[in-house]
Amino acid sequence: MKDKEEILISGNEAIGEGAIQAGCFFYAGYPITPQNELTAYMAKRMPEEKRIFIQAESEISAINMVLGASAAGFRAMTSSSSPGISLKQEGISYLAGCELPAVIVNIMRAGPGLGNIFPAQSDYFQATKGGGHGDYHLIVLAPSSIQEAFDFMFLAFDLADRYRNPAMILGDGMLGQMMEPLVVHRQKFIGQSKKLQIKPWALTGCKNREPNIIRSLYLDQRKMEESNLLLQKKYKKIKEREMRWEELFLEDAKIILVAYGTMARIVKGVIRRLRQEKKEKVGLIRPISLWPFPEKVFQRLTKKNKRLAFLVLEMSYGQMLEDVKLAVEGKAKVEFFGRAAGGIPTEKEIIGKIKDLI
Amino acid sequence: MKKIFSHPKSLRKVPTHYCPGCGHGIVHRLVAEVVDELKIREKTIAIAPVGCAVVAYDYWDFDCCEAAHGRGLAVATAIKRCRPENIVFTYQGDGDLAAIGTNETIHAANRGENITAIFINNAVYGMTGGQMAPTTLVNQKTATTPLGREPSYHGWPLKISEMLSLLKGVFYVERTALYSPNQILNAKRAIKEAFLNQIKGKGFSLVEVLSPCPTYWGITPFEALNWIKETMVKEFPLGRIK
Repeated sequence: MKDKEEILISGNEAIGEGAIQAGCFFYAGYPITPQNELTAYMAKRMPEEKRIFIQAESEISAINMVLGASAAGFRAMTSSSSPGISLKQEGISYLAGCELPAVIVNIMRAGPGLGNIFPAQSDYFQATKGGGHGDYHLIVLAPSSIQEAFDFMFLAFDLADRYRNPAMILGDGMLGQMMEPLVVHRQKFIGQSKKLQIKPWALTGCKNREPNIIRSLYLDQRKMEESNLLLQKKYKKIKEREMRWEELFLEDAKIILVAYGTMARIVKGVIRRLRQEKKEKVGLIRPISLWPFPEKVFQRLTKKNKRLAFLVLEMSYGQMLEDVKLAVEGKAKVEFFGRAAGGIPTEKEIIGKIKDLI
Repeated sequence: MKKIFSHPKSLRKVPTHYCPGCGHGIVHRLVAEVVDELKIREKTIAIAPVGCAVVAYDYWDFDCCEAAHGRGLAVATAIKRCRPENIVFTYQGDGDLAAIGTNETIHAANRGENITAIFINNAVYGMTGGQMAPTTLVNQKTATTPLGREPSYHGWPLKISEMLSLLKGVFYVERTALYSPNQILNAKRAIKEAFLNQIKGKGFSLVEVLSPCPTYWGITPFEALNWIKETMVKEFPLGRIK
């Protein structure tokens, strides 16, 4: 294969190839729609690269295998969709508590319960607020295109290693299933990644060193509190350094649309139409890191202009909405429009909602 | 003078937190002696359980990984697949291996993972206060079977070792007990065999150890050893199962 080439590929497969190029050595997964192409892709590609693929007996087992592979010092990942991600929460909490890097991909579907296999963004709370037990955070990245789905695998593995923290790619069934052209670049991130993959804490056998222990348990209350405070310190550092977002037309926008992932693609079409056809001053904030949530950009805007209106759009009934409200701190109007359970808003529906606002 | 008995290098010189008469300290030591004798300390990776032995890594002096309750063999699977040159074992109680983790246990065994499982069967949950375990005997009183285990209501004692022996991926299963010095030496022999199997790449090996829990059996340490010898072995017969 060439170092750089353009191919047509589905989101699920692009994530798989991105993971492989980023140096993922271990994958464990369990079948669930709409992410099955990713598991199948890894089943084929990982052995080709002399790496490890295991079809686990459950999502619970898969995430715990990821914990083992990560503890052994290797880049490891799993993928699933909403109900399966719920099952993985125990293991994710342990990864966070043990400070183990790993990448978890959630190709969201409609919920709650078994729901169905249509795309949704209803797992935002679960992804960004912890999900499992204990005071912890995942680094959560939300790709909006197949190219980003591929690129973010490099970023996710790097951030996970840099902060010794699990990272999640939060996509939806639409992103997983659709095909788009992808520029596959090899070697681009490999150099910087190599340093991150030196892990003196990993379990390798205690030859010429003291034994390493991977644990989240501290029976002594003070030690438990100390370990939690270290986590909090790390999360603070991540918040300071790793907020990511895309912004469009914020210089003159009076109404700012806030959307991520698939929803942001639809919203970009809306903005193009409103600006070209109706000369409406609408702009976009597209959070890329959902945790840490890019509150900086909201603070920057509300500081200088008090008469802004934000419209949050989600394929859920208002989850990211809460983070936008927290970031805006009551200094601007925040409206919401969303559909979920597999319903995807059309540009027309969204334009109708914006007209109400104007 | 020839030194014939000493503290194993793989066992830290610290007091344990175990109750008087508990079997965990004995099995920790047996594992440490085997690791020393096979000269594998520098490549051993242990998976600590959830339960009374949750801080086993405070006692063993080699690399250790925590696993969530029941997930030890999933964690061990991945470590061994990633590092086939290392020696990987889990140390799990009856609730861990045969209740909450039954799925992980059966499937790791069925895949024939080349790992070693040390299975401590004391017929109760110790850490949480002596509740019914999957291996609790019929009529045995526990915190959650105050009138004794009644099969028509609570089900029967689960014989996970016999179940595992039916699987093609399983190479070796043996049940041992700690009720006498002879039996303890026999348990050590079985543990050594289970590690040797891994070194030779034979596949999944499990050693079940019937272990005393006088605290939650409500008897003295001496009576506990007798209870294993007279009562427990009737439900869980000793010897090589596979």
